[in-house]
Amino acid sequence: MCVTCGCGSGDTRIEGQALDRDQPHEHTHLHADGTVHTHVHDHVHAAHGDAHHHDHGPLEAHEHAHTHADGTSHSHAHAHAGDHAHVHDGDGGAHAYRPVPAHHHGPAHSHAPGMTQARMLKIEQDILSKNDAYAAKNREMLAARGTFAVNLVSSPGSGKTTLLVRTIAALRGEMPTAVIEGDQQTALDADRIRATGAPAIQVNTGKGCHLDAHMVGHALASLPAAEDGLLFIENVGNLVCPAAFDLGEAHKVAVLSVTEGEDKPLKYPDMFQAASLMILNKVDLLPHLTFDADKAEAYARRVNPSIRVLRLSATTGEGMDAWLDFLRQGLGAARARRRETVESLQRRIADLERQLAAKA
Amino acid sequence: MHEMSLAEGVIQIVEEAARAAGCLRVSAVILEIGRLSSVEPEALRFCFDAVSRGSIAEGARLEIEDVPGTAWCLQCSETVEVAARYEGCPRCGSYQLQVTGGTEMRVKEVEIE
Repeated sequence: MCVTCGCGSGDTRIEGQALDRDQPHEHTHLHADGTVHTHVHDHVHAAHGDAHHHDHGPLEAHEHAHTHADGTSHSHAHAHAGDHAHVHDGDGGAHAYRPVPAHHHGPAHSHAPGMTQARMLKIEQDILSKNDAYAAKNREMLAARGTFAVNLVSSPGSGKTTLLVRTIAALRGEMPTAVIEGDQQTALDADRIRATGAPAIQVNTGKGCHLDAHMVGHALASLPAAEDGLLFIENVGNLVCPAAFDLGEAHKVAVLSVTEGEDKPLKYPDMFQAASLMILNKVDLLPHLTFDADKAEAYARRVNPSIRVLRLSATTGEGMDAWLDFLRQGLGAARARRRETVESLQRRIADLERQLAAKA
Repeated sequence: MHEMSLAEGVIQIVEEAARAAGCLRVSAVILEIGRLSSVEPEALRFCFDAVSRGSIAEGARLEIEDVPGTAWCLQCSETVEVAARYEGCPRCGSYQLQVTGGTEMRVKEVEIE
């Protein structure tokens, strides 16, 4: 469990369905001789504890360390056929096993009496590279659909859902909209969105403190393909964790309400740095508060000199036009890019067909 | 923030690399964490210990290499060192800064046996 925010992975549910069921996943096995190896397999099982099917690679090479009677130990690589014995933790299911009798020693195996060999392996990989790869796939899918996607981030209670409900109502009939709702628990927000008539998918992150690109990819697959429309991703209410996770969106939009402190951009700089737009929400309450809106804007620009700021009230509708224009412009650009791609593909197809016709 | 997910990401990368190299055990993991990366190294250590249990990197030493934050100051037209995103240029105090380094979160290398 994370000591800072208490988050952990697991328990992710999309519309109440566990995300990881029947997904290919990895196993680490410990063999009787002490070899440990990991492999990926597809899994379909009705309940854990049932027999299940594995696809092993036909010939998996791995390294072994041996200790001989004389005390020398050495390591060597060998390949063997894919049938092994192993027992899964938890399910107790033993699997069919055919030990492979012969294994091959390469000529260059090295002996190092009394010790195993340690060596450094260069990796140079971003910790978030997996998430970023999923995000790139989402972005590609969204571009192919001509969708303009925004990722709404804020602390809980800043008015993200109210803003969305108001936005969807204002744009009804003008453009298709869909929403992916992220919360740790409950489908309350998705229900609020569906009441507007827009399709919504609820992702429950369980113990997780943010949406990641993998969850969003799954949610996208279950949403009706909103061609040439808007996609809102309402992130888990949290000003910290969602900052680092690219979901494939065009923009992160940070919502800050005037009932919070104006110093929030300084206290949570990563989020305001990651966002390209800050919405200062609930401005209808400003006369009753000591909140200094100019100061809040100045603090946001201090951590992100290029951030745009819009002041609005999702309750009264004040300032909503500038926000709607931002969405219209973004969608216009996404549609134009899609049209260009389609046209260039059509030209390419026409070219190829001409070439084929010339050869025939 | 979310150090648990990051620790899981580290273990995944390490396991994949270790599998590809066909090694038995990972005895050390070396990370590069920038000061502007929003990662709390101590929280990451704590989570790494928890997540590595039962993995090929169980008991592995975690080394975190610190990378200072740097930014290009538009006023000074120079690269300056910055400690945090909300701090101005240490020379002129301007906030017109473009962060150029210190946002790394990378698995640099592992020691395998």
